[in-house]
Amino acid sequence: MQTFDLEAQGLRALNSTLHAQADNTNQTHWEIVNPKGSHAIAVGLDAPIEVNIKGSTGYYCAGMNKQATVHVHGSVGPGTAENMMSGMVVVEGDASQYAGATGHGGTLVIKGNASSRCGISMKGIDIIVHGNIGHMSAFMAQSGNLVVCGDAGEALGDSLYEARLFVRGSVKSLGADCIEKEMRPEHIALLEELLERGGCDANASEFKRYGSARKLYNFNIDNAY
Amino acid sequence: MKDDQKGAPRTMPIQSATFSNPVNAEIRRAAATGIYDIRGGGAKRKLPHFDDLLFLGASISRYPLEGYRERCDTNVTLGTRFAKNPIQLDIPVTIAGMSFGALSGGAKEALGRGATMAGTSTTTGDGGMTEEERGHSNKLVYQYLPSRYGMNPDDLRRCDAIEIVVGQGAKPGGGGMLLGQKISDRVAEMRNLPKGIDQRSACRHPDWTGPDDLEIKILELREITNWEKPIYIKVGGARPYFDTTLAVKAGADVVVLDGMQGGTAATQDVFIEHVGQPILACIREAVRALQDLDMHREVQLVVSGGIRTGADVAKAMALGADAVAIGTAALIALGDNDPKWEAEYNALGTTAGAYDDWHEGQDPAGITTQDPELMKRFDPIEGGRRLNNYLKVMTLEAQTIARACGKNHLHNLEPEDLCAVTLEAAAMAKIPLAGTDWYPGKPGTSY
Repeated sequence: MQTFDLEAQGLRALNSTLHAQADNTNQTHWEIVNPKGSHAIAVGLDAPIEVNIKGSTGYYCAGMNKQATVHVHGSVGPGTAENMMSGMVVVEGDASQYAGATGHGGTLVIKGNASSRCGISMKGIDIIVHGNIGHMSAFMAQSGNLVVCGDAGEALGDSLYEARLFVRGSVKSLGADCIEKEMRPEHIALLEELLERGGCDANASEFKRYGSARKLYNFNIDNAY
Repeated sequence: MKDDQKGAPRTMPIQSATFSNPVNAEIRRAAATGIYDIRGGGAKRKLPHFDDLLFLGASISRYPLEGYRERCDTNVTLGTRFAKNPIQLDIPVTIAGMSFGALSGGAKEALGRGATMAGTSTTTGDGGMTEEERGHSNKLVYQYLPSRYGMNPDDLRRCDAIEIVVGQGAKPGGGGMLLGQKISDRVAEMRNLPKGIDQRSACRHPDWTGPDDLEIKILELREITNWEKPIYIKVGGARPYFDTTLAVKAGADVVVLDGMQGGTAATQDVFIEHVGQPILACIREAVRALQDLDMHREVQLVVSGGIRTGADVAKAMALGADAVAIGTAALIALGDNDPKWEAEYNALGTTAGAYDDWHEGQDPAGITTQDPELMKRFDPIEGGRRLNNYLKVMTLEAQTIARACGKNHLHNLEPEDLCAVTLEAAAMAKIPLAGTDWYPGKPGTSY
């Protein structure tokens, strides 16, 4: 276990140290103490390492992550795991806006609530939120899966492409072109795997599935406001 | 014209200047289709431009350099403020961002080839980085756009600079669109979307909303790339003083300012023609912002939007820019809108020089298309050679003017070298009207 005191050693030293870890590094476990809400912690990682952050973080924690597992033992600011490519990010607390924005792959687990625009423009990432999500989540979401064990705010899935949305609780409103869809056995199976991956014991049969009506896929004057 | 029955003179038919034939044609088209017109390119309306400025040249009070022999340097370094590895360019004319998807892979390759031969940079666009352009571009600027299509940390690390696109001159405040006709398998895969659907590019970034956020976003990008890459911020010509001020505040190494003549792959004609400011009106305001912050030349200014000749390059630099970027002109150099394809332009209902339906993917020149048969018409090696030639000519022209003004580097050109031939240009560029020492709004004058 490598321990890094962020307050004492600074952000640049932290990220350059983590970037220096290669695929075959034997320093696979890292603990970051005193994050104190700092921005851009553990961004751009690209090695199969595990990073435990002991406290809450600011913006863009674990942004553009590849391969690594980043575990935040606190809450995260806006844009956590933005544009993640692979690996896993787990947040024990709540997440601010844009969690998992534009993520291309990997898994983001938020054990608390996520704020607005969770999964905005997601491109393949899987996001599992144990609590609720805020308004405009999954806006223009392209692919991947968003699982919400609680409630969803206004305009869920506005201008959605091919991402799949699973919500157990209420949805305040659906965005343009987002509709409820049939929950077929393959979706139940997929959801069960996602819930297991996200460490969530919710029953997949309690969820509803939402997706794109695909009416905005080609320009049509009747779609204009 | 006479009355057939009585022979008395009659009033000459007069076309309305307000309801002109083109205006009426657009009304009829809109009435028939119910859809607004979408096209590529930049503003086509006549606007105050660099043509409305002239260089004074040397005289008794100014000493010229010999036109062909004396040294007149053209190099420029971009990204000196924070980046570990600023970009060194031989000439101050760069290639603006244009997407793979909007352009064919061969066209992107040609831009890289031509720019590299000329010693300058080229720029990716919406849709990500292609191997063609990375492989053939010695200096490649990677655009960070709201859509984040194709965005990944590996490409961030193998680019030479990062350009955060906040807006562009053709459509400040607007997003983009790539119609389904151009979404080939490859384009769809790069953008992670189904083939054949219309792809929208958002008008604002998904994970930051203002200059304070942007500052943190820049921190993240610098951390990911080890503080090596210069970070540009590109804005459309809307509020250049404030946008430049905020870009500098957010931590930009370079500000890229694009006027409304700058092209786009596709957006609404009404947007292109009615939103934004001409580049002539933007440059001095951006420079003023940099000067007020004591950042002029420390944060470099790249301007674009209607740059066509070495004279335009020299005038932009005399107004305070460090470099310029070209897009439409580069495509024309490659062969876009060439009269040799006139019969095919006619078949598409247009004519060479006016073709702007780039979004439809039927470009006879094989440049703004993903059609495999049309793409075969374009030779990227020949295209690169033509672009290099054009860039050389622009540079030689700018040097010719600079020497005539007594300058041994293009950067030494200054507003004092210019006069304006119209009141509008004088006011916008803050350059004295020819034959006077005055321009509208000049401090110390009453009007």
